[in-house]
Amino acid sequence: MVENFTLGFIDYAIMAIYFIFVLGIGWALKKYMKSSSQFLEGGKNIPAWITGLAFISANLGALEVFGMGASGAKYGLMTAHFYLIGAIPAMIFLALFMMPFYYGSKARSVPEYLKLRFNEKTRGFNAFSFAIMTIFASGISMFALARLMEVMLHWNFNYSIIASAVVVLIYTYLGGLKSAIYNEVLQFFLIVVGFLPLVIIGLKDVGGWNGLTTQLNEVAVSKGYAAGTWTSMWQYMGSASSNPMGVDWIAMFMGLGFVLAFGYWCTNFLVVQRAMAANSMSGARRTPLIGALPKMFLPILVIVPGMIAMALMSMPGKGLVLIGNNGQTDYNMIIPTMLVHYYPTGILGLGITALMASFMSGMAGNVTAFNTVFTYDIYQSYFNPGKSDEHYLKVGQFATIFGVAISIAAAYVAANFNNIMDFLQLIFAFVNAPLFATFMLGMFWKKTTGNAAFWGLLAGTSASAVHYSVTIAEGKGGWLAHLAEYPSGMAQGFWTAIYAWSVCFIVTIVLTFFTRQLKTDSDLTGLVYSLTPKTRDEAGIVWYEKPVIMAVIIGAISIVLTIIFW
Amino acid sequence: MDIRIPIGLLFVILGFILAAFGIWSAADAVLYARALGRNVNLWTGLLMLAFGGIMLLFPLLAARKKRSQNL
Repeated sequence: MVENFTLGFIDYAIMAIYFIFVLGIGWALKKYMKSSSQFLEGGKNIPAWITGLAFISANLGALEVFGMGASGAKYGLMTAHFYLIGAIPAMIFLALFMMPFYYGSKARSVPEYLKLRFNEKTRGFNAFSFAIMTIFASGISMFALARLMEVMLHWNFNYSIIASAVVVLIYTYLGGLKSAIYNEVLQFFLIVVGFLPLVIIGLKDVGGWNGLTTQLNEVAVSKGYAAGTWTSMWQYMGSASSNPMGVDWIAMFMGLGFVLAFGYWCTNFLVVQRAMAANSMSGARRTPLIGALPKMFLPILVIVPGMIAMALMSMPGKGLVLIGNNGQTDYNMIIPTMLVHYYPTGILGLGITALMASFMSGMAGNVTAFNTVFTYDIYQSYFNPGKSDEHYLKVGQFATIFGVAISIAAAYVAANFNNIMDFLQLIFAFVNAPLFATFMLGMFWKKTTGNAAFWGLLAGTSASAVHYSVTIAEGKGGWLAHLAEYPSGMAQGFWTAIYAWSVCFIVTIVLTFFTRQLKTDSDLTGLVYSLTPKTRDEAGIVWYEKPVIMAVIIGAISIVLTIIFW
Repeated sequence: MDIRIPIGLLFVILGFILAAFGIWSAADAVLYARALGRNVNLWTGLLMLAFGGIMLLFPLLAARKKRSQNL
């Protein structure tokens, strides 16, 4: 439920013009789609600034806009940990240490790297779990988009699902990965310009940053926490009970900062695929670094609105209500509600367009990662190897249609579960957390054997399932037993990830000593750190384009931000 | 395809629409009451026009440079 508003002709015109451009980009790229590599890998000729912006934009879907806005309200500035400690170090690590193995090897996808480094079954396990994960993530963005169209445009929910699916299908089917990447860049700029005025007006309304701090101090005290908890990042993390997130610094540092962040940014093919589409090795390495720069400032657009909403709700005169259909406070709807609250007709159309752009980039990113993994790692390896490239191009296009179709099914599943976001976070913890241990050992310890990697990964994934079944938080988990209780779902997620990673790490090391290494050193050249010649920057790149220098600058800015908002 | 061209064009078109509407509706105090009396349409429109213009300038300059090299 949102307050009364009307959309004028101009709002619809803005949306229509945006859709013409999105579809037009797909149409213009259609003529290049002559091979499976063009369609699924983007032709490997995209400049780094484009892949860099696509790198973060592909993530800026429903989960980030709804999830981070909601967390900004519930936990305050601590949510920014997902950006500073939860993304920047991992993005730097990916750029400096891991990208040479992804871009430099013959692998066309993350699962294919696992095949080259380990064996077929490790690839198969990752390919299937990743495919399922992308379909759910795409379905959730589709669900969010359809809900938005239902609430804002008063469209029928079923028609909205079909309409959003058709638009994304057309531009990814026509122009493949390149079309998705180009549109992600367009969508990124639209999201910035669509949300920024909202933050500025909202901040003015609560009396600037000082007004926001004062108001949130009252909120914090009324909820039984120390005054500064909503507006500082590290200050109240000494123990889990002193902050609303229910997380202490160890869980934050190890769970989010180490396992989840590195697992997500370094091994999730959705983001790695964007870097692999860059036009050179240094471009691929620059991709996460170029993305990291705007990434550090995204909290202004997605977390600050949540904090403003929390402050406004405690100020009765401001008239901001966040009530869902069930009568409970619906934190997920913060950004749409605030758009309607502050935006007059005209810019309201732009704001809604920005939200749609965000959800569409979330969908298209997952669909283009799905069709690549499906074509190369599932179809070509298990169903029909050795066919012509033309055949695999057809399969890739079919996989795009098929991926969108099952995302629709996933969107209806999402519509029937109110905790689907938590569910997806849980899948991340199951899939990505143990995988990072496999990658670390695989890339930096040449002895690691294929069998050890496979069973280690399986053990790690099972460990996260077991941990989730025996602990409980906010009434979730604990199907089998109640051995421990966490103060929040987030704390449970972080600890699940820590256990999954540790079990995978230890089991893989132990099994390596009991299994035979079937790969020779020459098999592993280009895949393992000690057997690969050091990556040199191409001649002729300027000093500020050097990955190491960029990494130092980004690291320094994020440290300064951490100190300012300590 | 140079992606800066479609981005630039979209921002210039949307920016022009918003800014023009902002000027036309500038006196409408009821409309802008939500936005604390600020003419957000005009300001956002001008911002988008400027950004779109810069985006279009890059490929334009590159094309000019190419032409002068060919001469």
